Amino acid sequence: MKHKSETEAVTMKQNQGFVYLRTEELSWQRNGQQIVEEISVEVSRGDIVAVAGPSGAGKSSFLRLLNRLTEPTSGKVYLEGQDYTEIAPQELRRRLGMVMQLPYLFPGTVAENIRFGPAQRGQQLGDSEISELLERVSLGGYAARDISNLSVGEAQRVSLARTLANDPEVLLLDEPTSALDRAAEQEVEELIREIITAQQLTCLIVTHNMEQARRMAERAMLIREGRLIAMGPAKEVLNAD
Amino acid sequence: MLTDLFATDLQLGAAQALITVVLALGVILYARRQNIHMAQETGFALLRGIVQVLAMGSVLFLLLDQPLWAAVPVLLAMQLAGSSIAARRSKAIARVWWVCFRGIGIGSGLLIVTMTILGVIDWEMGAVIPVGSMIIANAMNTVALSLDRFQSEIESHVGEIDAALALGADPRTAVRPHVQAATEAGLIPQLNSLRSLGIVWIPGLMTGMILAGTDPIYAALYQFVVLAMLFSGSGLSTLISMFLVRTHVFSPAMQLILRPGAEVEDAAQAAT
Ligand SMILES: Nc1ncnc2c1ncn2[C@@H]1O[C@H](COP(=O)(O)OP(=O)(O)O)[C@@H](O)[C@H]1O
Ligand SMILES: [Mg+2]
Repeated sequence: MKHKSETEAVTMKQNQGFVYLRTEELSWQRNGQQIVEEISVEVSRGDIVAVAGPSGAGKSSFLRLLNRLTEPTSGKVYLEGQDYTEIAPQELRRRLGMVMQLPYLFPGTVAENIRFGPAQRGQQLGDSEISELLERVSLGGYAARDISNLSVGEAQRVSLARTLANDPEVLLLDEPTSALDRAAEQEVEELIREIITAQQLTCLIVTHNMEQARRMAERAMLIREGRLIAMGPAKEVLNAD
Repeated sequence: MLTDLFATDLQLGAAQALITVVLALGVILYARRQNIHMAQETGFALLRGIVQVLAMGSVLFLLLDQPLWAAVPVLLAMQLAGSSIAARRSKAIARVWWVCFRGIGIGSGLLIVTMTILGVIDWEMGAVIPVGSMIIANAMNTVALSLDRFQSEIESHVGEIDAALALGADPRTAVRPHVQAATEAGLIPQLNSLRSLGIVWIPGLMTGMILAGTDPIYAALYQFVVLAMLFSGSGLSTLISMFLVRTHVFSPAMQLILRPGAEVEDAAQAAT
């Protein structure tokens, strides 16, 4: 796990405000049904954007289009101005790290799960890097644990650390706390807030919980029936609902 | 007994077939009294069975005097039919027939050719075709089982596979544990028949050899040889098929296409 150096951090500050991710009439059709419909948005470096909307609105589908886990029926996605189809899918998905609603850990130990992403690029994480990542999600000392003995909250934090191990530029979070009980939800939510502010990550967080959206994000986009209803400052967009 | 009443094998065979058909009809009638209606289905299956096996017998009869290369088109035809049958249950997988065709073809073909050259299968039509057909049929069953398991493994692990892809894994890595599970699942019946050999059953080939007057010890050994060949042929076929099929459930942009409820149209899309 490489930490951003001082100079990198400065550059990132300077880059703040530059459009990092842009979609252009992004659409996904499935069985003749329009699930994501012509969504055009711009996300700047360092932005924290809540993707809000009722259940079944197409939020997850929109997120999956961004790291190309599903193929758009039409429309474009640009990363720093580059059409994302020109980027190899594996590299694209490393840069846009995704945390799903459920942790979906691989059988084995916590450490094996953390190693998985970097290993795909031939990079072997050392023990100290793994424990450092686990510290960041408040799971110090968990490296050798078998994943079958984890609570859902712990598993979700491993899932977060597993994604962070890939050193992503953007975090795509799909309702990362919805499967958790109240206590664990608060804990994970705070953890995510700390990490994205500490690392100045660009972040899109899907949630149908408006309170959570307001707590976590500065900006928000509201999706309903696959269409973008509004995008702007979180307070305005979410209060309108 | 029957053997004393008939002069030729053909007459004897016909009489034996007649008796067993009557027996089967008796079972059907008895079932009918229990309100189990299988007359039509069973009747058709019996008819079809006798026609098919007689046709094969006639083909063998005609081929016995031919040079050995004439076995090639016969076995190839069997392999073609076998591929279609193995592919039938897994239509949701893109180009699955082509996977079966190569898997069964290369796996059993390699085995039949080397074993015939080495002399484990006798260098004659009467051995190459029956043993070859057994190898192909077993490869067909194993590949079909493995493919079926592969599909259900994937459909029940969509989340894990997506998670792996999202972490930058390539398709082969993302489905590795499911390929392993599917390969093992396909080979379980083969392993079971090796395990139970001689204890639970005396297989048909050995029975036949003993009935035809072969030394029971040699018949037993040869039966083991055949089962070992069936295992190798099936194993090779299913390994090749699984090796080939891995990437067929993904699109070129490394997206998992085979999902629960996925339509055949998705399979077509993956092919492009
Ligand atoms: N793979 C799929 N196949 C068919 N329909 C899908 C698929 N994924 C999502 N949908 C449908 O698209 C709509 C939006 O789903 P989703 O993006 O999961 O919504 P949200 O995350 O906002 O709850 C739903 O009606 C859902 O049934
Ligand atoms: Mg969702």
